[in-house]
Amino acid sequence: MLHTVNKSPFERNSLERCLQYAKKGSAILLIEDGVYGALKGTAVTDKVKKAMKNVSIYALYPDIEARGMQDKAIDGIRLVDYGGFVDLVAEHRNVHSWL
Amino acid sequence: MKFGIMVNEGPYTHEASDTAYLFAKAVLEKGHQIHRIFFYHDGVNNSTRLTEPPQDDRNIVTRWSKLAAEHQIDLVVCVAAALRRGIRDENLAEGFRISGLGQLIESGIQADRLVVFGD
Amino acid sequence: MSETTGGVEMDEDVSGVIKKFLYVNRKAPYGTIYALESLEVVLIAAAFDQDVSLVFLDDGVYQLAKGQHTKTIDVKNFSPTYRALEGYDIEKLYVEKESLEARGLTAEDLIVPVTLLPAAEMAELMDGQDIVLSF
Repeated sequence: MLHTVNKSPFERNSLERCLQYAKKGSAILLIEDGVYGALKGTAVTDKVKKAMKNVSIYALYPDIEARGMQDKAIDGIRLVDYGGFVDLVAEHRNVHSWL
Repeated sequence: MKFGIMVNEGPYTHEASDTAYLFAKAVLEKGHQIHRIFFYHDGVNNSTRLTEPPQDDRNIVTRWSKLAAEHQIDLVVCVAAALRRGIRDENLAEGFRISGLGQLIESGIQADRLVVFGD
Repeated sequence: MSETTGGVEMDEDVSGVIKKFLYVNRKAPYGTIYALESLEVVLIAAAFDQDVSLVFLDDGVYQLAKGQHTKTIDVKNFSPTYRALEGYDIEKLYVEKESLEARGLTAEDLIVPVTLLPAAEMAELMDGQDIVLSF
């Protein structure tokens, strides 16, 4: 399953809930303000890194770049463009947007 | 693969309709098909032809219309959500049509994937 | 499956296909319109003979709270509609245990009978769906 998160982890609990729900082998894509959850040195970095042992985490690069965060992504988070977003949806049987 | 897309936020206030549009374009570039794009909640505001953004900004409404014309995409605006927000046939932009919520469910049934963009 | 041409009603393609639809409710009622318009989708969905489940988590559990009186805010109280869902053959309502507990509520505080599931089981349920709609 693919999960998308579009909220900053500092504003809402979407990322936290998503990390609880994402089963081993599933994927999480951070988009829009959700990309703030993909960054190094934040209060949620450790939580995200821990989750990366079981789930693949991706972030939408155009949204990272737009926010001036291009050099700050956690190592191991895969950066994708909109085509990569489409591939992720196609590769997974279902998708849940954590709105 | 056939994709259904749902847009739940209006243009400009929230990034959702931008993301949905760029996603839709990428779907087509990848050689997939779009079964339908369904506009719900404030997402219906993506369809009003009365929209006039400043000249140096993107025109979200005409961008949808152009996508629909170039790729024969079915842009459906939920009738109940639309009427609630003052969207009617008279102010509907090119390429959009107003119809019922059944169109969303049908898209969920017929498309291989349904992706929701919202707040 | 044949291509749809656009302005179609329910056509041949639809009949016979049964998919698992999950409606995820994570937002409280009245503060925003999402809960109400989500319920409107569910009511329409009932006509399509699909396998429908509703889940309520986070502030979505407040949608089911008993005792909603909305006259003074001049908004329609739509909570009785959850009780009517059974009549539409929508009987699978799941509430996340942790969300309910975190808000100091129990199943007795809810307007309809629901199945309480811990988050881990909710995750399983979500994983097994074909279409997950969130609002």
